[in-house]
Amino acid sequence: MGVITYAQAARLALQQEMQRDPRVWALGEDIGPEGGVAGQYLDLQREFGRHRIVDTPISESTIMGSAIGAAICGTRPVVELRYADFGLCAADEIVNQAAKARYMLGGQVRVPVVIRQPIGFREGMAAQHSQSTEAWWVHIPGLVVVAPATPADNHALLKAAIRSDDPVIYMEHKELWTTTGEVDAQAAPAPLGRAAIRREGGDLTLVTWSGMLGDSLAAAEAAQSKGVSVEVIDLRTLWPWDRDTVFDSVARTGRLLVVHQAVKVGGFGAEITAEVAEHLFGALRCAPRRLGAPRTPVPYAQPLEALCRVAPTQIVSSALAMLAET
Amino acid sequence: MSLPLGLSVERIHAMYQRMLLMRAFDEHAGLARRENRLRGSVHEYTGQEAIAAGVCAMLRPADYISSYHRGHGHCIAKGADPAAMMLEIYGKAGGVCGGKGGSMHVADFSLSILGANGVVADGVTIAVGAAQAVRLLGEERIVVAFFGDGALNRGPMLEALNWAKVYDLPILFVCEDNGYSDHTRTASVTAGPGIVARAEAFGIPADSIDGNDLLAVACAAALLVGEVRTGKGPRFLHATTCRWRGHLALDRGLYRDPEEVAGYAAQDPIARIAGWLLDNGVAQATLDGDAAAAAGRIADAVALAEAAPCPDEAQLFTDVQDAGASSWA
Repeated sequence: MGVITYAQAARLALQQEMQRDPRVWALGEDIGPEGGVAGQYLDLQREFGRHRIVDTPISESTIMGSAIGAAICGTRPVVELRYADFGLCAADEIVNQAAKARYMLGGQVRVPVVIRQPIGFREGMAAQHSQSTEAWWVHIPGLVVVAPATPADNHALLKAAIRSDDPVIYMEHKELWTTTGEVDAQAAPAPLGRAAIRREGGDLTLVTWSGMLGDSLAAAEAAQSKGVSVEVIDLRTLWPWDRDTVFDSVARTGRLLVVHQAVKVGGFGAEITAEVAEHLFGALRCAPRRLGAPRTPVPYAQPLEALCRVAPTQIVSSALAMLAET
Repeated sequence: MSLPLGLSVERIHAMYQRMLLMRAFDEHAGLARRENRLRGSVHEYTGQEAIAAGVCAMLRPADYISSYHRGHGHCIAKGADPAAMMLEIYGKAGGVCGGKGGSMHVADFSLSILGANGVVADGVTIAVGAAQAVRLLGEERIVVAFFGDGALNRGPMLEALNWAKVYDLPILFVCEDNGYSDHTRTASVTAGPGIVARAEAFGIPADSIDGNDLLAVACAAALLVGEVRTGKGPRFLHATTCRWRGHLALDRGLYRDPEEVAGYAAQDPIARIAGWLLDNGVAQATLDGDAAAAAGRIADAVALAEAAPCPDEAQLFTDVQDAGASSWA
């Protein structure tokens, strides 16, 4: 396939899965002629028709509820919620129905639905269009939570999400839509729950995902020039998360730094840090650290929004400070 | 006597027998809850039986139904096994949901019952999705969504009506209007000209009937189901009825006059249709036998449920999700 964007990679995955399986369809606002907020559905309605690429009313509860109904009745819907912020309008259906139907009905039914909720900052979208809510969904038993960071992953993981019989919260990052990368169109679905070591290193384990991968890799490069070798792990799937890969790395480096764009308080970094502290306390050479957004709504003004973003310099200084502790 | 719409005394008699089973099931369930032999929320269907019986009698086995928290009756009407349901509400192994759902989540997918539901109106959005799947897969079936009048004040309900009409889905909405939204009189919290007008506002043809009259329900359902089945789009049935018991089995009833409740018996849908059956040649002894049979079947179900073992502890972790199941129990 060559080099394509993160948005094009998702479009390719959906197109391939819809060609492969007539039970796969998509529904959401503006996915028809408009092709989605980032062109991730562009021209798919032309190829598959309006019954399989369904433009819906602005009715998130019923977008989600109907997808669940259609999923338990033999189809495999892909739900587009446009922004994770609007996913909250469908939170009841996701949490009380999709996540629980299989369990509370005693295994009579599966809910093979993909729930696309793009997360993260996007240049001044302000408080209601910038949130990273991944930790909310991780907290709900029954849900799989995926957050791809690269075009190749947005292709291979979306394929996997569509083939999953579990409901999958699929969180693309809005600022990654236009990023480019090599994508193998014939790539197999990526296994859910498997992290990727994006850079090997021996001094410190940096765990990140989604929109913070790029800055984390840049920071690792900068740290290297100061003599600190950072291993960067892209979690890719937040639930189930790849505890083995993270634990193996921390056992080697003795240091854990988690970097995410979500609010630090109650963010998923807290879970990773706590798990490492519980299981690998003796291997730690210094206290784990987390970097995330302050606990404020995301402000509109550029200098204020910038304060909410974890800067590569912060990552570098945290890494250096952790090395200095031991 | 000749009846319209393919109805017959025999078919009405069969619906009556189902109603007896629903009544016996829920009268026991309520009692058992008040005696703390059951846990959690139990919402009795007592007094509303004609609606489920009349509507479900018009359905084929493949037709889907979705229900709500007062859902035992719909399941029985669609053919669910009362013994498996009783095991379920007792939280026992062998329950139709393995004892993990309970009263608010009874369902039997082998009978196309998509389940009762613990969140008002959520079963309705699921039902329109089922109808969308039927359309997408080119299947013959239709969908019926049962809900109460309280649901008409939830946003997803209104979204679902719009949705069904926009996509012209094969679905029948059945509003069981017992006048109460949980523990509040619906009229006291509802604006506008009424439930039928809300459906009609979306361009959905609606019919309003006395839901305590099995014949009226059966006739209306036969017509509306026929229209939905022949591709005419969504239809809406508004059936007024009486909720004899509380919102829950444990209900102080502070929000309504006991005299009003006492008056419900005069509209008992079971007594009314029993009278009609007698008038149409069914012997009293037959009706007595029907009542005894229903009581016996429920008594057997109760005995089975009370003696059955609870689910084993390993069941806690089954059917949560596949991804990560092996490492994250």
